Amino acid sequence: MSTEALVRARALAEEPLRAAGPVMGFASGTLNSLRDLWAHRELLGLLVRREIKARYKDSVLGLFWSLLRPLTMLLIYYVAVGKFLGASRGIDDFAIYIFTGLTAWNLFAEIVSTGTSSIVANAGLVKKVYLPREVFPLSTTGSALFNFGIQLLVLIGATIIAGKLPNGANLMYLPVSFILLLAFATALALLLAAVNVFLRDVQYLVEISLMVLFWASPTVYSWAQVAKVAHGWLAEIYLANPMTLAILGFQRGFWVSGANSVVPDHLETRLWIACGVSLVLLWLCQRIFTRLQGNFAQEL
Amino acid sequence: MSTTVICLENVSKRFIIRKEKSLKERIVNRGRSNLHKEDFWALNDVTLDIASGTSVGLVGPNGSGKSTLLKMIGGIIQPTSGSIRLRGRLAALLELGAGFHPDLTGRENVFLNASILGLTRSQTEGYFDAIVDFSGIERFIDTQVKFYSSGMYVRLAFAVAVHVNPDILLIDEVLAVGDEPFQRKCMDRIRGFQKEGRTIILVSHSLDQVADICDRAIVLENGAVKADGIPRVALRVLRDDFEITRLEDVERAQIAATMVGTTAIRARVAEVTLATDGALASHVTMRPGEDLKVRIRVETEEPLDDWFLGIAINTSLGQCVFATNTKLMEIALPRVTRAAEFQFRLPRVELGEGDYSVDAAVFLASGLEAHRLVEGAQIVVKASGRTLGFLHLEPEFTLL
Repeated sequence: MSTEALVRARALAEEPLRAAGPVMGFASGTLNSLRDLWAHRELLGLLVRREIKARYKDSVLGLFWSLLRPLTMLLIYYVAVGKFLGASRGIDDFAIYIFTGLTAWNLFAEIVSTGTSSIVANAGLVKKVYLPREVFPLSTTGSALFNFGIQLLVLIGATIIAGKLPNGANLMYLPVSFILLLAFATALALLLAAVNVFLRDVQYLVEISLMVLFWASPTVYSWAQVAKVAHGWLAEIYLANPMTLAILGFQRGFWVSGANSVVPDHLETRLWIACGVSLVLLWLCQRIFTRLQGNFAQEL
Repeated sequence: MSTTVICLENVSKRFIIRKEKSLKERIVNRGRSNLHKEDFWALNDVTLDIASGTSVGLVGPNGSGKSTLLKMIGGIIQPTSGSIRLRGRLAALLELGAGFHPDLTGRENVFLNASILGLTRSQTEGYFDAIVDFSGIERFIDTQVKFYSSGMYVRLAFAVAVHVNPDILLIDEVLAVGDEPFQRKCMDRIRGFQKEGRTIILVSHSLDQVADICDRAIVLENGAVKADGIPRVALRVLRDDFEITRLEDVERAQIAATMVGTTAIRARVAEVTLATDGALASHVTMRPGEDLKVRIRVETEEPLDDWFLGIAINTSLGQCVFATNTKLMEIALPRVTRAAEFQFRLPRVELGEGDYSVDAAVFLASGLEAHRLVEGAQIVVKASGRTLGFLHLEPEFTLL
């Protein structure tokens, strides 16, 4: 045996035996998952870049397309819902109002829908290489965040042009809303990605659900309009939707003209509670994901 | 000194084969869901210890559980019961170019693939030139991978794979890629890995390759370890198995031939005897360069027309070093009614030192094998001991 081999054997003898694959269990498993993910952070970065680069590769306009979609949505809702159906009455700076909601909603929808199919889409890798499989839903989350960033720049640009740059105490709503949205969407993406491996119907179900849920949050109409028809427990149900709260929070932050508009009672408290619940949900979904991922390779 | 790097204890894996996948099918078939399930034990109670620095070949017929075992060691699938524990960094080459994205350039894919295999960015940057150099496709490194030929694709993938720095390397049937010079480069690299004391676990259908590279072979059959030891002995077990399967196939082909009308002729090789210059025997000891006579006795129950006779000399591992038949030699054989003897004379047999066996077979005109006598006779070659390999030469050496 060569000296190099001896050195290697001796070094290996120092190491403890570890289990192959992911570790189950709640506390130790979570730590293990986090450590694993941290060790693969560079890969995560590369995968995010791959998602972004590959999406608009070979198209002439490239990244501009990721901007064109929300802008088109903005135009449609502004004209059809705002002007024709008259939703813009009573909402100042309706374009900024809609775009704020759309930006938040698009982030959520993109994380959930691309995340759901992420494991199945990367079947080749999942079957052939061991990686913490969370990197796939998380990489789609990353590329969704990139798109969100671009839209955010446009939104801020629009507020500057309108001369209504967000400022003051209402900015406090933004970080908590953002964390709430991100945690909730990622939790759903993890859970649905894992379930989708076993039941492919999930990805179609998600598409339809997202379509319905879009109208369950005050994106193209205002909370004041909801409050007029929904009282008591109906309003409570409406406000129990984390996305409703997150979008309301975003609007408090970015929609300066609406600083004096009607808001639900205790919005800030609700946001903090929803944020906490979402973080717990994220952790739970990650544990379920770990539990299910043992069978990914054979189910794909 | 060696350490156990892989430790498997009573590992079993059950696959449940479900025949439905969609929600509708599951609901419709809910009551009968057990009818649509099938249990399949891919591995059954496997216990193994693998020491650091060994190269282990996993061999066995298709569906014996080799790849499943490899995937479980790699952590890609989990065992149903039992435990698998490891030491050290592991890299799995189960598929070349896993994670290559067709729309990214070669350069981007190198970084992505290296990262998937566990290299950090700075390490990849350090190895990048070596990787590109090894792959031999410098000119195309900034081209999108989708425009690559399949050869270029695997070259690049393999180049990345051999530059990862694992303690344990799992390889599944990926060594047979590229053209011959590239394959030789790969094999050199594998030998380098061995010298550095890395543990290699190789799944291969090429038994010669396993005999060549590995110092331990594990034969799996129906999910259980059938033989485990030095490759010569373990591969022997597997070859015997394959021989049985082959004989069954021959029999089936004969039956099939009878079915379609051509009568299968019951002819057989009754005996193979050898001689150098002395008496005929089923066992000869010879020196390289001597002449060898191979006498074959053929018996048949029905008249044998339009047929040919073949012989082969195999090494003790079953690798063929010489074979011929009367069809290749363009000799027409006469009709045989009951029995006949034939003789091949092989002049100056320059075999290297070692044990060999002689097979003889009767073929019908269609190429259908009527009978083969496996290891009909044995040859032991005793040489000077100054050379290795199957070919014997008298080397000369001069200082120039």
